[in-house]
Amino acid sequence: MSYTLEGRTGPWEIVVGLEVHAQVTSLAKLFSGAATEFGAAPNSQVSLVDAGFPGMLPVINRECVAQAVRTGLGLKAQVNLWSRFDRKNYFYADLPQGYQISQYAHPIIGTGAIEIELGDGTVKTIGITRLHLEQDAGKSLHDQHPTKSFIDLNRSGVALMEIVSEPDMRSPEEAGAYLSKLRQILRYLGTCDGNMDEGSMRADVNVSVRKAGEGYRTRCEVKNVNSIRFVMQAVEAEARRQIEVWEEGGTVEQETRLFDTGRGVTRSMRSKEDAHDYRYFPDPDLPPLVIEQSWVERLKASLPELPDERRARYVAMGLTPYDAHVLTLEKETAAYFETVAKGRDAKVAANWVTGDLFAAINRLKTSIAEPPVPAEHLGQLLDLLADKTLSGTLAKAVFEAMIETGKSPGAIVQERGLRQVTDTGAIDRMVAQVLEANADKVAEYKSGKEKLFGFFVGQVMKAMQGKGNPALVNEAVKRALG
Amino acid sequence: MSLDTATIRRIASLARIRLEDEEVGRMQAELNGILGWIEQLQAVDTEGVEPMAGGGAVALRMREDVVTDGGIPDQVLANAPDRQGEYFGVPKVVE
Repeated sequence: MSYTLEGRTGPWEIVVGLEVHAQVTSLAKLFSGAATEFGAAPNSQVSLVDAGFPGMLPVINRECVAQAVRTGLGLKAQVNLWSRFDRKNYFYADLPQGYQISQYAHPIIGTGAIEIELGDGTVKTIGITRLHLEQDAGKSLHDQHPTKSFIDLNRSGVALMEIVSEPDMRSPEEAGAYLSKLRQILRYLGTCDGNMDEGSMRADVNVSVRKAGEGYRTRCEVKNVNSIRFVMQAVEAEARRQIEVWEEGGTVEQETRLFDTGRGVTRSMRSKEDAHDYRYFPDPDLPPLVIEQSWVERLKASLPELPDERRARYVAMGLTPYDAHVLTLEKETAAYFETVAKGRDAKVAANWVTGDLFAAINRLKTSIAEPPVPAEHLGQLLDLLADKTLSGTLAKAVFEAMIETGKSPGAIVQERGLRQVTDTGAIDRMVAQVLEANADKVAEYKSGKEKLFGFFVGQVMKAMQGKGNPALVNEAVKRALG
Repeated sequence: MSLDTATIRRIASLARIRLEDEEVGRMQAELNGILGWIEQLQAVDTEGVEPMAGGGAVALRMREDVVTDGGIPDQVLANAPDRQGEYFGVPKVVE
């Protein structure tokens, strides 16, 4: 069933497209040799090119181009060997050149696609229209002085990829899933760190609404939304606003809006009417960007494994599609899992990572980047399970001890004498003792109360302090009662 | 093609150039003159010729991804009309 919003006049469909600005991971800026590192002292990472001084000439950073090509390949998109930079002209205090160098008519990357998975398990393909390289602007601080804004140009000139989707999304969930998936792909590729808190990824959200079967109605653009949750909220808030406008007999005007995260509504930006007249023209400082097919091929050959491929490989290793999905969401989780699973049963490794490890991470409010137990130790624990040194119950106890002490499972087993008992003679003796002490229950069992079987097993395990091998104990009890 | 006075005023406003009323007519004549030259160029037969944005270098030269610049905040801020500590100060611009 497709997603709709209910209005007074019936159901409305939502149409969403996203323009995502992703900061390119590079040491230096797109057209200057100044650093890109986050959090430096104001105006300390600014060259005279970034500050728009007269006579300064931009020189493109090869790595930024490579990152755009890698991203294009990761999005299964067309790579344009010939592209060009244009000037996008507008005036703002944090844009010292008076124009942004961008790619308008000839982007470096053309059409591609992303597959998103939805909550009900369905997979949907979202089209990518294009990806182009452009400069970031500086940063304005409005809260430092009663009548002035302060400008820091450290971000000015940092390389951004603007990634534009087709208007293929039809619900807040799809918009959220698209942005998550895009972020995941960029992080796997290493082309953008995806830190939305630091502004490394920002989304402009285009929303319109329509009745079933109609063409597109007028859209509005909600600017600069900086989290996946806010994107989903902004889509719904803006769609509800537009439905109300249409149902009251009004007309939605194409405009740029802002999402007020506190109140959960969008509001119009009081921009000048000329704001959208950017007067693009080819940048006369920059000849066309021409790259070689052989270079693209080399970049392609060195691409890391992408989330979809990795997930498919995990399923082939015997994991459920769900576990494969969860383990590949963050590349750090996948790396952890692979260390644990190396040379071991993948399914058991997946169960421990998604079960006990994730539970411990949640409980201790930590993250996979700072795991409560090193992956190597969890792997050793699995070895002790596999060679029957530990039973499942004992392994869980050892796991907790590993979290508490930071010691390896081998050391803990040694210190605490937790080795599981597989000596059948010892187990048989314990079974005999338990049955003798519970003669009345044995009589009940023999007269048909078969569910007491579990009781005997439990008593034996208890008497052995949980160290009896469960399978052997089961067999021994069965034999003794037989 | 020729530009009317409203378009002249709009172009000036987009370029943040103040144009006094008496200057509009002169600017209109000059810009329309330039457009006239461009119309002459349009008359050239360019059938089968790739559009080009400039001559000279055929393709961009690229630079390696190395930090070679920055760390000169005093130079960057030297000409600021209103330096505020480590920042440029500008009239408050907030939505």
